[in-house]
Amino acid sequence: MAHDTRSRVSRNLHDTRRLAVWTLAWLVTLALVAFGPVLLWDKNPLITGALIVLNLGIGSGMIIANIRFVAGLDDLQRQIQLEAMGIALGVGLIVGLSYSMLDITDLVAWNAEISHLVFVQGFTYLGAVLLASRRYQ
Amino acid sequence: MKNRLKVLRAERDWTQAQLADALDVSRQTINAIEKGKFDPSLPLAFRSARLFNCRIEDIFEDDGD
Repeated sequence: MAHDTRSRVSRNLHDTRRLAVWTLAWLVTLALVAFGPVLLWDKNPLITGALIVLNLGIGSGMIIANIRFVAGLDDLQRQIQLEAMGIALGVGLIVGLSYSMLDITDLVAWNAEISHLVFVQGFTYLGAVLLASRRYQ
Repeated sequence: MKNRLKVLRAERDWTQAQLADALDVSRQTINAIEKGKFDPSLPLAFRSARLFNCRIEDIFEDDGD
């Protein structure tokens, strides 16, 4: 296995920055796909389709950057990430399906949007990282 | 798992940060291992043994959990 001679902090910083850049690029293309058809190119299907493909491509890059970020962490940090991601995935699945059922059965007046699920997963992941970090202190 | 990391570190008068640098992990990881809250991976256990010039079982001891 190739040995990276940079310090652990330097490597982590580099991986974090790379992940942030990919995430930002993904968010920008997502916003373009969401708002561009109405605000920028008058619903031209070719431009919209091309941007969706670009969004998928950049999303793939973001996933790879995240894998590299996790791989660059040390034992404990990786354990914390594993626990947080597991909790976020589980909560997203359980809460997401229950929320969807509320919508399907008309127990809530609004539509269950996928963006609500993203918020739930995001905040669950953040909370789980903070809690796990505290537990191992 | 019980371990003698804190004792070995104290014998050399190292701080947690110095040991963390030597083992290429975070200080939080060293602290968690010393307190018995986290068990290291096999590669980290091997690195620790190499650093302290002893066997893995001289540092880490299975407590039967």
